[in-house]
Amino acid sequence: MQWLNVIIQGVLVGGLYAVFAAGLALIFGVMRLVNIAHGDLIVLAAYLALVATETLGINPLTAILVVVPVMGAVGYGLQRGLLNRTLGDDLLPPLLVTFGLSIIIQNGLLELFTADSRRLAAGAIEVESFPLIEGISIGVLPLLQFAAAVTVIGGLQVLFYRTALGRAFRATSDDPAVAQLMGLDNRHVFALAMAISLCVVAVAGVLLAIRTNFDPAIGPARLIFGFEAVIIGGLGSMWGTFAGGIILGVAQAIGAQINPGWQVLAGHIAFLIILALRPEGLFPKVQG
Amino acid sequence: MPEPLLELRALDAYYEDFQALFGISLEVAAGEVIAVIGANGAGKSTLLNSIAGAMPSRPDAIVFEGRPIGDLPAHAVVAQGIALVPEGRRLFPSLTVEENLLIGAQLRRPGPWNLVRVYELFPALAERRRMGATALSGGQQQMAAIGRALMSNPKLLLCDEISLGLAPIVVRDLYARLPSIVAEGSAVVVVEQDIVQALKAAKRVCCLQEGRVALTGLSTALTREAISAAYFGT
Repeated sequence: MQWLNVIIQGVLVGGLYAVFAAGLALIFGVMRLVNIAHGDLIVLAAYLALVATETLGINPLTAILVVVPVMGAVGYGLQRGLLNRTLGDDLLPPLLVTFGLSIIIQNGLLELFTADSRRLAAGAIEVESFPLIEGISIGVLPLLQFAAAVTVIGGLQVLFYRTALGRAFRATSDDPAVAQLMGLDNRHVFALAMAISLCVVAVAGVLLAIRTNFDPAIGPARLIFGFEAVIIGGLGSMWGTFAGGIILGVAQAIGAQINPGWQVLAGHIAFLIILALRPEGLFPKVQG
Repeated sequence: MPEPLLELRALDAYYEDFQALFGISLEVAAGEVIAVIGANGAGKSTLLNSIAGAMPSRPDAIVFEGRPIGDLPAHAVVAQGIALVPEGRRLFPSLTVEENLLIGAQLRRPGPWNLVRVYELFPALAERRRMGATALSGGQQQMAAIGRALMSNPKLLLCDEISLGLAPIVVRDLYARLPSIVAEGSAVVVVEQDIVQALKAAKRVCCLQEGRVALTGLSTALTREAISAAYFGT
């Protein structure tokens, strides 16, 4: 019974990891860009949510409505103004530039908000729970966050495979040169992909901020969790990334149950095992 | 004489330090079919890529409907009404046949071509619309590549080596659809290795040799000897 509880809690956290991973998977899929600043952008979104709740006096969940469009606009501008210039045959320039961006965001946040850890208070909902079966209770907030994760992943899946924009993303991913010949402006397509990625980052940041304490330095660890979920899941579909997040969450929960110090380690071990046995991930992209 | 649809004025093209085209001048009238022939490396594909905007050119080297378009990027050239069927077809492998066609219609240029009309022209594609583009035979892939270009309703269609890697009977079948395309008002430039096919399909022929125009003329007026001399430079 205790282990069932551990697994359920792990699945619920895994949803959050899947949201961390989804934004990364999206831009890597569309433009082969590895965004080292991804975790720090999540933290940036968390601070934006903090500022929004404090200045506007709104509920953290309502703050999503403010943070998502702001981060989307930041993403479009960032891609158009900076990252598009780094893209080419060489993978290194975007890595270096986003690494630099990561440092700038961390230190900027440190300067503005100090190193004190902060938290978004969501009110009474934080401690509410309901019994699932005898001996197992599920928190309302973790369940809401899990539902948000499913919605985000499902929404991305629909966007990718059912809309004209998703078609443009896949075509550009397949063959950017021919996509240009069909009238797709790569610079605009890439900027839209980054905008959507940062909209997802915004959701991740708000969920993170309600769930745990955060400070300017926690971004890189979120990036690692996101990477691991992407690689476990493979790049075949958003649901693969979702499964990757869940597996990572469950592995961490099991590790923490054995010994509290093993939480993160257990996640890394699960990741390494899958990387060794199935380097292409559990749900790889079908090669055409 | 009416203004030509496309006018090349001393077009040069370079790959880094290597010059691939030397002062190409050529006119294409609206609704005309013209074949560009020449040996491997003569610059045929470079010529089409330059027109389509995949390679940068001097602005006034390429004039389309009286407007200089040499410096426009590829996506803006499509918007002007020039579509390229690239060499080797280059369909999007992760998209279905129908999605490939719809990508061609991205800019929503008005005109006679839409999914229904493309499927009428190539019924084989209609039956396979939900299949992945790579599941098609070579000939069907070429149909999809032509259909994808037509979906942008071009005034000028550029076809790069339609016959590449296809059986002669399939090539004849593809060329048999060309009149239906021209009938809808598109001018067509075909780049072709197969000279007999090129002479049959096009009213006018332009032969390139080492990046220069070696010969132009009406297909009916050119002798085999003249073409052979222009082709091989003998």
